[in-house]
Amino acid sequence: MSSRIVVAGASMGGLRAAEQLRAAGWEGEIVVVGEEAHPPYNRPPLSKALLAAPGTPEEALAAVQFRPRASATGIEWRLGTGIVAADLAARTVTLGSGESISYDGLVIATGLRPARIVAPGPLGGRHVVRSLEDTLALHKELVPGARVLVVGSGFIGCEVAATASELGCSTVLVEGASGPMERSLGKELADGVRGFLNARGVETHSGARVTEFLTKENGNDAGTCGGVVLSDGTRLAADVVVEAVGSHPNTEWLQGNGLDLSDGVLCDEHLRVVNAGPVVAVGDVARFPDLRTGAGARRVEHWAIPTDTAKIAAPALLAYLAGEDPPAASAPLPSFWTDLFKIRIQGVGSPALADSVEVFEGDASAPEAGVAVGYFRAGRLIGAVTAGLPAGIQLRYRTAVLNQEPPGALAVAPGVASRT
Amino acid sequence: MGNIHVDRKLCDNHGQCAIAAPDVFRMNDDGILEFDEGFADTLLDEVEEAIDVCPVQAIFLKD
Ligand SMILES: Cc1cc2nc3c(=O)[nH]c(=O)nc-3n(C[C@H](O)[C@H](O)[C@H](O)COP(=O)(O)OP(=O)(O)OC[C@H]3O[C@@H](n4cnc5c(N)ncnc54)[C@H](O)[C@@H]3O)c2cc1C
Ligand code: SF4
Repeated sequence: MSSRIVVAGASMGGLRAAEQLRAAGWEGEIVVVGEEAHPPYNRPPLSKALLAAPGTPEEALAAVQFRPRASATGIEWRLGTGIVAADLAARTVTLGSGESISYDGLVIATGLRPARIVAPGPLGGRHVVRSLEDTLALHKELVPGARVLVVGSGFIGCEVAATASELGCSTVLVEGASGPMERSLGKELADGVRGFLNARGVETHSGARVTEFLTKENGNDAGTCGGVVLSDGTRLAADVVVEAVGSHPNTEWLQGNGLDLSDGVLCDEHLRVVNAGPVVAVGDVARFPDLRTGAGARRVEHWAIPTDTAKIAAPALLAYLAGEDPPAASAPLPSFWTDLFKIRIQGVGSPALADSVEVFEGDASAPEAGVAVGYFRAGRLIGAVTAGLPAGIQLRYRTAVLNQEPPGALAVAPGVASRT
Repeated sequence: MGNIHVDRKLCDNHGQCAIAAPDVFRMNDDGILEFDEGFADTLLDEVEEAIDVCPVQAIFLKD
């Protein structure tokens, strides 16, 4: 009997896990099961360049499909079929078709799906952006002059609003509880980003949430959304409504196995799922301890994380199967980027955990002119964000975060490094 | 020796490759990528990591 590792989820995390299992020397079977019909593809363009100009569905997929490593051979891809249940004691997973697959090792890479707004009103005509199909469907509606309403001002909401505006839509961003990307950037920079969006024609609406969806007027189609009512009483009409209010981990299929699924899948620092035997998790769905800041286990929804976690999880799983201890755990440094109107914002570390903030260079109220902000916790640099600055400068701050510099150590002499 | 090709039309100067494989990729003072086309076989792991972390998949191994 040959041994088999099943990978649940065929997106970036599933692909990187399969590649890293081969890189770590696994010669047994690898079966990757994915709900989406497509091979793994890259999501960041879905709210940026691809949303602006996707081309045909075939061209869109070709533009974002991942090129797997040449060494990732002998992988069986079961696409277009989801796993509906797992029995970790019996070491089997069950597909939607009813077929059951046994495993020696399991990788959980089922990622997230968009959270939806719970409010009365029609369900039709409300968009989210997570998959290629979502982007193709939304793109069709982003015609010049369309009134586009984006609810939620995290990365995806801001990017969709910027893209819609670039396409000539009249765009309103309903920020929700906090300002644009505030959770990741802090208040100073969030205020700067708001000003930047406003100056480029995106109208923003702060401090209110959606309490009701309005039905499209002049339509005999009663099921289509035509705007929203906000908690401050404002009524906003719209031709297109996009919900970008966060996400839910896809863990329902793991229920009934005694796991901690309260927010993703709880793992140890080796990405081994707690109390699950030969099971690891990678990517957005994995909740693992933050060894760098000591702030406890959390999920990280950034693009670099599927790769970083797969590099830790694959050797840890193989060590478990061989009855050995896992290699020493490394602590990935989170990193993220976003592009708004051709301005790049790049961050490293965990700015969300900061207790104080210092502007290193530039002016946070004018991010397009180049700004760098440091985020401190208990007197140590734990994160840095640059906007409108070249990547080389971002790399310098990255090193400072790795070194956990104290405040003041990095203040840049005025005029030395400010550049665009 | 291995050989690298970077598609400059795709490359967005993210600089991630320079973190993963500093022996091969560097960002110059203008924030533009510079790299060595040829690399020693001992650097293959590093280069594969750089390929993994490029957000736009601009780096190719030439054979
Ligand atoms: C629009 C958008 C823009 C983004 N932009 C950026 C950015 O600019 N910068 C950045 O750092 N990050 C960005 N990200 C985040 C980044 O793309 C994610 O961190 C990354 O996709 C996570 O990969 P993953 O494989 O862990 O999860 P996912 O990509 O969510 O993949 C999970 C896969 O599992 C499948 N699945 C789910 N349940 C099951 C099941 N029961 N059985 C089988 N398969 C299942 C899903 O269909 C999906 O294909 C963006 C994300 C989105 C959606
Ligand atoms: S990571 Fe990719 S996009 Fe960034 S500089 Fe390197 S090759 Fe260019």
